[in-house]
Amino acid sequence: MAYDPRMVQPMRDETVRLGARELTTVADVDAALGDQHGTTLVLVNSVCGCAAGGARPALAMALKHEHKPQDVVTVFAGVDPEATARARQYFSDYAPSSPSLALFRDGEVVHFVHRHQIEGRHPLEIAKDLKAAFDKYCAPSSV
Amino acid sequence: MSGHVFHPGHAELHGITVVVETLGDALYVGRYHEETPKGLLLHDVAEHRPDGDKLTRDEFIKRTLKFGVRAEHRNFVLPTDQVRRITKLVEWEQR
Repeated sequence: MAYDPRMVQPMRDETVRLGARELTTVADVDAALGDQHGTTLVLVNSVCGCAAGGARPALAMALKHEHKPQDVVTVFAGVDPEATARARQYFSDYAPSSPSLALFRDGEVVHFVHRHQIEGRHPLEIAKDLKAAFDKYCAPSSV
Repeated sequence: MSGHVFHPGHAELHGITVVVETLGDALYVGRYHEETPKGLLLHDVAEHRPDGDKLTRDEFIKRTLKFGVRAEHRNFVLPTDQVRRITKLVEWEQR
Protein backbone atom coordinates (compact mmCIF):
# COMPACT_ATOMS: atom_id res chain seq x y z
CA MET A 1 0.00 0.00 0.00
CA ALA A 2 1.42 3.36 -1.01
CA TYR A 3 0.84 6.25 1.32
CA ASP A 4 0.02 9.80 0.38
CA PRO A 5 3.40 11.57 0.16
CA ARG A 6 1.93 14.59 1.94
CA MET A 7 0.97 12.41 4.89
CA VAL A 8 4.40 10.86 5.32
CA GLN A 9 6.44 14.00 4.70
CA PRO A 10 6.46 15.05 8.38
CA MET A 11 7.78 11.58 9.29
CA ARG A 12 10.49 11.89 6.63
CA ASP A 13 11.38 15.34 7.91
CA GLU A 14 11.59 14.05 11.47
CA THR A 15 14.11 11.35 10.56
CA VAL A 16 16.24 13.73 8.53
CA ARG A 17 16.16 16.26 11.36
CA LEU A 18 17.49 13.70 13.81
CA GLY A 19 20.43 13.05 11.53
CA ALA A 20 19.50 10.10 9.31
CA ARG A 21 20.21 10.04 5.59
CA GLU A 22 17.25 8.93 3.54
CA LEU A 23 17.75 6.05 1.12
CA THR A 24 14.93 6.05 -1.39
CA THR A 25 16.31 3.89 -4.20
CA VAL A 26 18.05 0.55 -4.56
CA ALA A 27 21.16 2.42 -5.73
CA ASP A 28 21.08 4.57 -2.57
CA VAL A 29 20.89 1.45 -0.42
CA ASP A 30 23.71 -0.32 -2.20
CA ALA A 31 25.90 2.76 -1.97
CA ALA A 32 25.31 3.00 1.78
CA LEU A 33 25.36 -0.67 2.75
CA GLY A 34 27.27 -2.37 -0.04
CA ASP A 35 30.83 -1.93 1.12
CA GLN A 36 30.72 -0.89 4.72
CA HIS A 37 33.52 0.07 7.01
CA GLY A 38 32.88 1.25 10.53
CA THR A 39 29.43 1.43 12.06
CA THR A 40 26.14 2.12 10.33
CA LEU A 41 22.66 2.21 11.79
CA VAL A 42 19.67 1.53 9.55
CA LEU A 43 16.23 2.67 10.63
CA VAL A 44 13.37 0.99 8.84
CA ASN A 45 10.86 3.76 9.28
CA SER A 46 7.13 3.20 9.42
CA VAL A 47 3.94 5.21 9.39
CA CYS A 48 2.63 3.09 12.26
CA GLY A 49 2.07 5.45 15.14
CA CYS A 50 1.91 2.58 17.64
CA ALA A 51 5.60 1.90 17.21
CA ALA A 52 7.31 4.37 14.90
CA GLY A 53 5.89 7.20 17.00
CA GLY A 54 8.19 5.90 19.73
CA ALA A 55 11.11 4.82 17.57
CA ARG A 56 11.91 8.18 16.02
CA PRO A 57 12.08 10.16 19.29
CA ALA A 58 14.07 7.31 20.82
CA LEU A 59 16.58 7.43 18.00
CA ALA A 60 16.83 11.19 18.31
CA MET A 61 17.72 10.80 21.99
CA ALA A 62 20.15 7.97 21.39
CA LEU A 63 22.00 9.92 18.72
CA LYS A 64 22.87 12.57 21.30
CA HIS A 65 24.81 9.92 23.21
CA GLU A 66 28.60 10.08 23.49
CA HIS A 67 29.02 6.99 21.34
CA LYS A 68 26.99 6.58 18.21
CA PRO A 69 27.22 5.02 14.75
CA GLN A 70 29.37 6.75 12.17
CA ASP A 71 26.56 6.68 9.66
CA VAL A 72 22.78 6.68 10.18
CA VAL A 73 20.50 5.91 7.27
CA THR A 74 16.82 5.22 6.86
CA VAL A 75 14.44 3.52 4.48
CA PHE A 76 10.70 4.00 4.68
CA ALA A 77 8.60 0.83 4.69
CA GLY A 78 5.34 1.21 2.81
CA VAL A 79 6.59 4.37 1.15
CA ASP A 80 9.78 3.37 -0.66
CA PRO A 81 9.17 -0.37 -1.10
CA GLU A 82 12.07 -1.12 -3.43
CA ALA A 83 14.64 0.58 -1.23
CA THR A 84 13.19 -1.09 1.84
CA ALA A 85 13.24 -4.54 0.25
CA ARG A 86 16.84 -4.00 -0.81
CA ALA A 87 17.90 -2.87 2.65
CA ARG A 88 16.27 -5.94 4.16
CA GLN A 89 18.43 -8.13 1.95
CA TYR A 90 21.39 -6.87 3.96
CA PHE A 91 19.84 -8.25 7.17
CA SER A 92 17.86 -11.12 5.72
CA ASP A 93 18.38 -13.37 8.75
CA TYR A 94 15.88 -11.13 10.50
CA ALA A 95 12.18 -11.23 9.72
CA PRO A 96 10.87 -8.02 8.17
CA SER A 97 9.21 -5.66 10.58
CA SER A 98 8.76 -1.96 10.78
CA PRO A 99 9.84 0.04 12.49
CA SER A 100 13.07 -1.77 13.21
CA LEU A 101 16.75 -0.89 13.52
CA ALA A 102 19.84 -2.74 12.39
CA LEU A 103 23.28 -1.81 13.63
CA PHE A 104 26.16 -2.87 11.39
CA ARG A 105 29.84 -2.94 12.14
CA ASP A 106 32.12 -3.51 9.16
CA GLY A 107 29.20 -4.91 7.20
CA GLU A 108 28.00 -7.34 9.83
CA VAL A 109 24.77 -6.98 11.80
CA VAL A 110 25.83 -6.78 15.43
CA HIS A 111 22.57 -5.60 16.97
CA PHE A 112 18.96 -5.67 15.85
CA VAL A 113 15.91 -4.02 17.34
CA HIS A 114 12.64 -5.58 16.26
CA ARG A 115 9.30 -3.88 16.20
CA HIS A 116 8.19 -5.95 19.20
CA GLN A 117 11.02 -4.33 21.20
CA ILE A 118 9.74 -0.86 20.29
CA GLU A 119 5.96 -0.95 20.38
CA GLY A 120 4.28 0.12 23.58
CA ARG A 121 7.54 1.23 25.18
CA HIS A 122 8.47 4.74 26.18
CA PRO A 123 11.05 6.37 23.88
CA LEU A 124 13.36 6.79 26.90
CA GLU A 125 13.44 3.02 27.40
CA ILE A 126 14.12 2.35 23.73
CA ALA A 127 16.82 5.02 23.70
CA LYS A 128 18.46 3.45 26.77
CA ASP A 129 18.75 0.12 24.95
CA LEU A 130 20.12 1.81 21.84
CA LYS A 131 22.73 3.70 23.87
CA ALA A 132 23.84 0.43 25.45
CA ALA A 133 24.29 -1.04 21.97
CA PHE A 134 26.21 2.07 20.85
CA ASP A 135 28.49 1.76 23.89
CA LYS A 136 29.11 -1.88 23.07
CA TYR A 137 29.68 -1.57 19.33
CA CYS A 138 30.43 2.07 18.49
CA ALA A 139 32.83 3.18 21.23
CA PRO A 140 36.45 3.46 19.99
CA SER A 141 37.53 0.83 22.53
CA SER A 142 35.02 -1.66 21.09
CA VAL A 143 36.63 -1.78 17.66
CA MET B 1 -4.01 3.46 27.85
CA SER B 2 -0.50 2.24 28.43
CA GLY B 3 2.62 2.96 26.46
CA HIS B 4 2.45 5.00 23.29
CA VAL B 5 -0.54 3.88 21.31
CA PHE B 6 -1.52 6.73 19.05
CA HIS B 7 -4.76 5.22 17.85
CA PRO B 8 -7.44 6.54 20.20
CA GLY B 9 -10.32 4.17 20.79
CA HIS B 10 -8.39 1.00 20.11
CA ALA B 11 -7.76 -1.77 22.59
CA GLU B 12 -4.77 -1.45 24.87
CA LEU B 13 -2.93 -4.18 22.98
CA HIS B 14 -3.65 -2.71 19.54
CA GLY B 15 -0.46 -2.74 17.48
CA ILE B 16 1.44 -4.84 20.00
CA THR B 17 3.07 -8.14 19.07
CA VAL B 18 1.58 -10.77 21.33
CA VAL B 19 1.88 -14.46 22.07
CA VAL B 20 -1.49 -16.17 22.07
CA GLU B 21 -1.59 -19.49 23.89
CA THR B 22 -4.63 -21.56 23.03
CA LEU B 23 -6.57 -24.27 24.83
CA GLY B 24 -5.10 -26.69 22.31
CA ASP B 25 -1.48 -27.26 21.28
CA ALA B 26 -1.23 -24.35 18.87
CA LEU B 27 0.48 -21.09 19.74
CA TYR B 28 0.40 -17.91 17.69
CA VAL B 29 2.64 -14.86 17.60
CA GLY B 30 1.31 -11.81 15.82
CA ARG B 31 0.31 -8.21 16.02
CA TYR B 32 -2.90 -7.68 17.97
CA HIS B 33 -5.47 -5.66 16.06
CA GLU B 34 -8.81 -6.07 17.80
CA GLU B 35 -11.37 -8.45 19.12
CA THR B 36 -14.17 -8.93 16.60
CA PRO B 37 -17.43 -10.87 16.85
CA LYS B 38 -15.65 -13.71 15.03
CA GLY B 39 -12.68 -13.71 17.36
CA LEU B 40 -9.31 -12.17 17.91
CA LEU B 41 -7.90 -10.47 14.80
CA LEU B 42 -4.13 -10.63 14.49
CA HIS B 43 -1.82 -9.44 11.71
CA ASP B 44 1.44 -10.98 10.44
CA VAL B 45 1.09 -14.18 12.40
CA ALA B 46 3.55 -17.01 12.95
CA GLU B 47 2.12 -20.29 14.13
CA HIS B 48 3.61 -23.08 16.19
CA ARG B 49 2.09 -26.54 16.28
CA PRO B 50 4.07 -29.22 18.06
CA ASP B 51 2.99 -31.88 15.56
CA GLY B 52 4.09 -29.86 12.53
CA ASP B 53 7.08 -27.89 13.73
CA LYS B 54 10.61 -29.17 14.26
CA LEU B 55 11.13 -26.68 17.06
CA THR B 56 9.76 -27.03 20.55
CA ARG B 57 7.56 -24.23 21.77
CA ASP B 58 10.43 -22.71 23.76
CA GLU B 59 12.78 -22.91 20.78
CA PHE B 60 10.13 -21.32 18.57
CA ILE B 61 9.72 -18.41 20.99
CA LYS B 62 13.49 -17.98 21.38
CA ARG B 63 13.96 -17.91 17.62
CA THR B 64 11.14 -15.41 17.27
CA LEU B 65 12.63 -13.15 19.93
CA LYS B 66 16.02 -13.18 18.22
CA PHE B 67 15.07 -13.11 14.54
CA GLY B 68 11.54 -11.69 14.55
CA VAL B 69 8.14 -13.00 13.58
CA ARG B 70 8.26 -15.18 10.47
CA ALA B 71 4.71 -14.41 9.42
CA GLU B 72 2.71 -17.18 7.74
CA HIS B 73 -0.65 -15.41 7.85
CA ARG B 74 -1.17 -11.77 6.89
CA ASN B 75 -4.48 -11.70 8.76
CA PHE B 76 -5.66 -14.32 11.20
CA VAL B 77 -8.81 -14.67 13.25
CA LEU B 78 -8.74 -16.93 16.27
CA PRO B 79 -12.09 -17.71 17.94
CA THR B 80 -12.06 -16.12 21.36
CA ASP B 81 -13.20 -19.30 23.08
CA GLN B 82 -9.94 -20.98 22.00
CA VAL B 83 -7.73 -18.38 23.67
CA ARG B 84 -6.11 -19.40 26.92
CA ARG B 85 -3.75 -16.48 27.48
CA ILE B 86 -2.43 -13.40 25.67
CA THR B 87 0.93 -11.91 26.63
CA LYS B 88 3.24 -9.40 25.01
CA LEU B 89 6.08 -11.07 23.12
CA VAL B 90 8.59 -8.72 24.69
CA GLU B 91 7.65 -10.05 28.13
CA TRP B 92 8.99 -13.47 27.12
CA GLU B 93 12.50 -12.00 26.92
CA GLN B 94 12.56 -11.75 30.69
CA ARG B 95 11.52 -15.38 31.23
